[in-house]
Amino acid sequence: MNIPSDLKYTPNDEWIRVEGNTGVVGITDFAQDQLSDIVYVEIVVSVGDMVKKGDACATLESVKAAADVYMPVSGKIIAINEALPDTPEVVNSDPYGNAWMVKVEMSDPGELNDLLDAAAYEKHVQEKSG
Amino acid sequence: MTEPLLCELSVPGRRGVRFPQPDVPLAELPKELARQHFPMPELSEVDVVRHFTRLSKLNYCIDEGMYPLGSCTMKYNPKINEETARLPGFANLHPLQPIETVQGALILMYELQEMLKEIGGFAGVTLQPAAGAQGELTGVLIIRAYHKSRGDLQRTKVLIPDSAHGTNPATSAMSGMQVVEIPSDARGNVDLNALRQHCDNTLAGLMLTNPNTLGLFDENVLEAARLVHEAGGLVYGDGANLNALMGIVRPGELGIDVMHFNLHKTFSTPHGGGGPGSGPVGVAAHLVDFLPAPIVDIIEEGDEETAPLYGFVTPPKTIGRVKSFLGQFGMMVRAYTYIRMNGPDGLRAVSEAAVLNANYLLSKLRDYYHLPYDRICMHEFVLEGVWPDAPEVHALDIAKRMMDYGLHPPTNYFPLIVHEALMIEPTETESKQSLDNFADVMIKIAEEAHTQPELLKSAPHITPVGRLDEVKAAKELVLCCGVGALEAEAA
Repeated sequence: MNIPSDLKYTPNDEWIRVEGNTGVVGITDFAQDQLSDIVYVEIVVSVGDMVKKGDACATLESVKAAADVYMPVSGKIIAINEALPDTPEVVNSDPYGNAWMVKVEMSDPGELNDLLDAAAYEKHVQEKSG
Repeated sequence: MTEPLLCELSVPGRRGVRFPQPDVPLAELPKELARQHFPMPELSEVDVVRHFTRLSKLNYCIDEGMYPLGSCTMKYNPKINEETARLPGFANLHPLQPIETVQGALILMYELQEMLKEIGGFAGVTLQPAAGAQGELTGVLIIRAYHKSRGDLQRTKVLIPDSAHGTNPATSAMSGMQVVEIPSDARGNVDLNALRQHCDNTLAGLMLTNPNTLGLFDENVLEAARLVHEAGGLVYGDGANLNALMGIVRPGELGIDVMHFNLHKTFSTPHGGGGPGSGPVGVAAHLVDFLPAPIVDIIEEGDEETAPLYGFVTPPKTIGRVKSFLGQFGMMVRAYTYIRMNGPDGLRAVSEAAVLNANYLLSKLRDYYHLPYDRICMHEFVLEGVWPDAPEVHALDIAKRMMDYGLHPPTNYFPLIVHEALMIEPTETESKQSLDNFADVMIKIAEEAHTQPELLKSAPHITPVGRLDEVKAAKELVLCCGVGALEAEAA
């Protein structure tokens, strides 16, 4: 299970990479493994949207289930990964790289303190997989 | 495929029907609108009949064997239902006939409404919705109309447990509501602490399934309903699992304000390709005025000499019509037949046997499969289709392997809160022999998972087609298979 140490995580299996005041958001390796083969991706926010922490930013469908991706932080959407809906399999093959979903200009970087670091997320994953 | 598609069977120039020479002038179609060629398969009548007969032999149905799809209540549908639904007085009606000429049908609908009110503990029932999901939509629209009528416009939040059917959040979202997911507690009940946090003046209601999709009776139902009502919200009951409760408890008396019935599950009308569905909705007294119109009622009281006249009434604050005409009348005849054939004691016996059958299977399987919520179950139960010492085998592989033993697989990967879920609902119509056979197969597969996992990974082996590529099927939809060949031929 790949859990990069430079990212922050939510209990709902999203990651965020902080670059200055910008956050890049996607889903974790554990999440893609649980969902199995992703066959459909829809980014449900647009550039310029103001989003709150916990708002859905994308919808994923695998052969097993459908799942929403939620914003780990609040802010303004400054980019969405327009290539991803055409290549949903990238979520499985490169969850931390080319499968980023949105970039957000954070309105309250303090929210990052509520997120899990890699060690805490790893523990969370172990508990979830029982 | 063992059976080619109609397009592939096509032979240019072959035809099934030859029309006689017309004895009236031919109507000319406007030339600019007429298609130059129309790629349809060219086949004789016998080609078509044999094609569909061969396909029908590949089918698996409840008349052939056990169909343990959890949450679907695939019970055997008694054949007398088909007899009554085909009675000419029912089958040959037109929905626009004057009511004086369809009194028998209206009496049946009225009595079915009354029986569903009695079974569910409700003050009013609409028979209109054409399926469970449409019943849900009707119910949530009634909840919305109720709050609106009281000026409670800020009530837009609907609470939905994480074990709910996916239709619950979809229904709420479609009704313009905001969905909030409520976790389950360690016993699989709705988590009251989480529920309490959302009981405020924005609460429209709670959608609760009881027994829930883990097959467990929600022990917190009374307290959950109390909390929601105290906050001014209403409780929607997802009646999909009513087969566990008939004659034992009335959902209306548990605090459910509105609930849909699935005639096609609980009341033995066909589904799973044999449909259509039918999802009547029952409501408590404070919601009767909001029911969809029309409702069947006595519009002229009778006396000693004249029979009462049955007709239609429009509830004063109705949300409007939700289905053309009156709903799926043929299904109402079947459900009515089923209820009358069983009677009150019989319906209770149905539910008791459904619960007994599920617990019998559970007790036979629990030593071989992990049971995440270890409780006496209701009409169904959920096992994990994965073992720590056979990590390469998944629920899907178990399901596929069951087909090699001639059994329909159970529901898998639902509910989402159970890892690698296998959701098993035998229903009351399976005999002990049938249940024993199912358990034997499940136990054999559990052994194979440890000794010959490749048998599971490559299953099914005896079906007309083997393991399907679900990813390819989802990503590369072919909606006009074979038409290309016909077009190429024509060109």
